[in-house]
Amino acid sequence: MVTRPAPEQPGPVYDDNAVRLFAIAAIVWGVVGMLVGVFIAAELTWPDIAMGIPWLSYGRIRPLHTNAVIFAFGGCALMATSYYVVQRTCQARLFSAKLAALHFWGYQAVIVLAAITLPLGITRGKEYAELEWPIALLLAVVWVIYAIVFFGTIAIRKVRHIYVANWFYGAFIIAVALLHIVNGAVIPVSLTKSYSAYAGVQDAMVQWWYGHNAVGFFLTAGFLGMMYYFIPKQAERPIYSYRLSIVHFWALIFTYMWAGPHHLHYTALPDWVQSVGMVFSLVLLAPSWGGMINGMMTMSGAWHKLRDDPILKFLIVSLSFYGMSTFEGPMMAIKTVNSLSHYTDWGIAHVHSGALGWVGLISMGSLYYLIPRMFGQVRMYSVKAIELHFWIATVGIVLYIASMWIAGVMEGLMWRAVNPDGTLAYSFVEGVKATFPFYVVRLCGGVLYLGGMLIMAWNVFKTATHAKYAALRIPLVAAYA
Amino acid sequence: MDILYLLIPFSVLLVLGLLALFAWALDRGQFEDLEREGARILLDDAPALDSDQGR
Repeated sequence: MVTRPAPEQPGPVYDDNAVRLFAIAAIVWGVVGMLVGVFIAAELTWPDIAMGIPWLSYGRIRPLHTNAVIFAFGGCALMATSYYVVQRTCQARLFSAKLAALHFWGYQAVIVLAAITLPLGITRGKEYAELEWPIALLLAVVWVIYAIVFFGTIAIRKVRHIYVANWFYGAFIIAVALLHIVNGAVIPVSLTKSYSAYAGVQDAMVQWWYGHNAVGFFLTAGFLGMMYYFIPKQAERPIYSYRLSIVHFWALIFTYMWAGPHHLHYTALPDWVQSVGMVFSLVLLAPSWGGMINGMMTMSGAWHKLRDDPILKFLIVSLSFYGMSTFEGPMMAIKTVNSLSHYTDWGIAHVHSGALGWVGLISMGSLYYLIPRMFGQVRMYSVKAIELHFWIATVGIVLYIASMWIAGVMEGLMWRAVNPDGTLAYSFVEGVKATFPFYVVRLCGGVLYLGGMLIMAWNVFKTATHAKYAALRIPLVAAYA
Repeated sequence: MDILYLLIPFSVLLVLGLLALFAWALDRGQFEDLEREGARILLDDAPALDSDQGR
């Protein structure tokens, strides 16, 4: 795609082709995934708009939305930034440019296959692990290639210390591989159909052990890697306490693995396992807030930079959403709270405060930092457009979360309300009807968030088409053996 | 809950692996002089080797 001019000065250069490709892919899949999200939000508001077309039905399109925004948008953003960060912090070229390219095209193949099979109804039926076994196998192979390139680059590093962001990225890569393999154990019956190797509540336990750890290692650890590199770089200040960031890393990965059972409160799962899940979820509040405060305090003494720098706004506001959702999550894992919140739209509010607020904003902020540098520019084509994107996205998130909070608590209260004679006060459909106005507000929030993403796509297009592909030199240091 | 006979030993192995990794990092001096390591990423073009790293 890109022909690089020879560097003006001799010396090794960073290998940024994969970074560029993944960054552009993240923008494209972000637009697609959020558009699908807006469509299913409209479907929930007006169920008839799919006009009975099976490929557009909610049950098939919703996994397409989650896969597209988490694994395609979030995944590509993680891969672009991890390849960028690991090279800069190790002061080394990528371990293998060919393998990195293979990683890119393999991962895009998985995404395209997902986009074809999910609307056709080909699915394993496991939330966030829908892809059928041939695609899951391909993903496993691609993931191993990713691990080889990433850890290979760390192995050939010129700087002895491994920067904390790389530890977070590394944990994300290894943990997701383990989760994918354990939850991916299936017995295939045909090319497009397989059955889980586990049955009943065992399967549920494995699924949510996978599901919540995917939240912990894909949606948290990986993006914390971004946070620990791009906030200090954009703020031009070292992280508030580097020591705390190390504690944050080890505390998080040592305590994360057993929060999953909180997805199965009041089910056939043994009571004590549910309680273990609740306790571990509560414990997680400590490392999460340690990291959040660490990122925030990096701004201390430089808060004025937030006023003029829209990229910092993205990064810092994303951290405040990280703090909010990592407080809300443990609270919702408490059994008594969960009895009100579970199965309601409160869960949707919580997920989107993490996804739109934390994952989305930190990715956008990091990409706004990275993309001009990848195309030989000093800054994005339009800084005003970044500012506009920030405000549109933030208003969108607030509308989305607030409406779903209200709808969720309302649903929880309506479902548990009983008459004096012990019968239910409301039928289920009355609860559905009552959510209508909040679904409309949620749709508006989603449209705003998508609008912000479209502004970003335009801005990136303008930046990239003005590009000069300058190869960036690796600072020359004496190698150590 | 037979699955716990898989998941719990798996978690124990994982924690042991993490402990080994932590011990490796400690032993290799990854956590010495942390404040300087935090600031190092801001030095874009400066050679950033440790003084004793020529080994």
